[in-house]
Amino acid sequence: MPRINDVGGVDGFGPVVEELDEPPFHADWEAHVMAMNRALIRRGVYNLDEFRDAVERTMSHESSYYENWFRAIQALLEERGVV
Amino acid sequence: MSDDHDDSPIAARVRELEAVLEEKGLLDPRELDQVLEAFTHRASPANGFRVVARAWTDEGFRTRLLENANEALPELGLSMGGGLQVQRLHVVENTEDVHNVLVCTLCSCYPLSLLGPSPTWYKSPAYRAKVVSHPREVLEQFGLTLPETTRIEVWDANAESRYMVLPRRPEGTGDLTEAELAALVTRNGLIGTAAV
Repeated sequence: MPRINDVGGVDGFGPVVEELDEPPFHADWEAHVMAMNRALIRRGVYNLDEFRDAVERTMSHESSYYENWFRAIQALLEERGVV
Repeated sequence: MSDDHDDSPIAARVRELEAVLEEKGLLDPRELDQVLEAFTHRASPANGFRVVARAWTDEGFRTRLLENANEALPELGLSMGGGLQVQRLHVVENTEDVHNVLVCTLCSCYPLSLLGPSPTWYKSPAYRAKVVSHPREVLEQFGLTLPETTRIEVWDANAESRYMVLPRRPEGTGDLTEAELAALVTRNGLIGTAAV
């Protein structure tokens, strides 16, 4: 069974919405999440494939991109007993 | 980025987690600044624009780029090794008959170092789902209407392989310098949701 992230060709997500002059991050916390993730991977707390897996198994289409990232980071840290 | 006055619940939760990780010695605020600096300054679509302009003006470079982009990029001081892992880059060329467009159906794989941070629409389920089944319709939403005779090829990126579109050089640009040509290229042109 495909995971929820495997959306290629799936109907029902509505139109593609393009935001003009979009900034790289919409809030400071998004930048923090991105940077925190890179730093944790560089330190070997988890690796990039583990992070991808965590995003795929914890994500929700109701959440924003970086909300899903933050949920995955939290899951990985909890599973490793870090937090 | 150390000053953070965002009082939304998620911003607070991110700050809390950061504080815990700092306390445990797993995170250093200066490290976060460095990571962000590298991300926002080195990853820029201007890099992709330079690659395209060079390919338009230097036939030898164009050939090398299409054959092995990873080996050609260092000619412009660029590489695909700036992120967490080196990725194979495949540059796909638009022609009169074929138009290329990129997607990552599974997540958000994207050649950051050449295109800069990816737009939200590229990461949206709507784009990822639809561009593979109805590419012509999606391109029309971006204002790009292609002749019926043009074949559309959709390239699905993954963890190891990334793609970049080499748009067609616009007509009437024979007199322009490489820098002037680079200024014609857009980020969406490198993804394939614009002609150039």
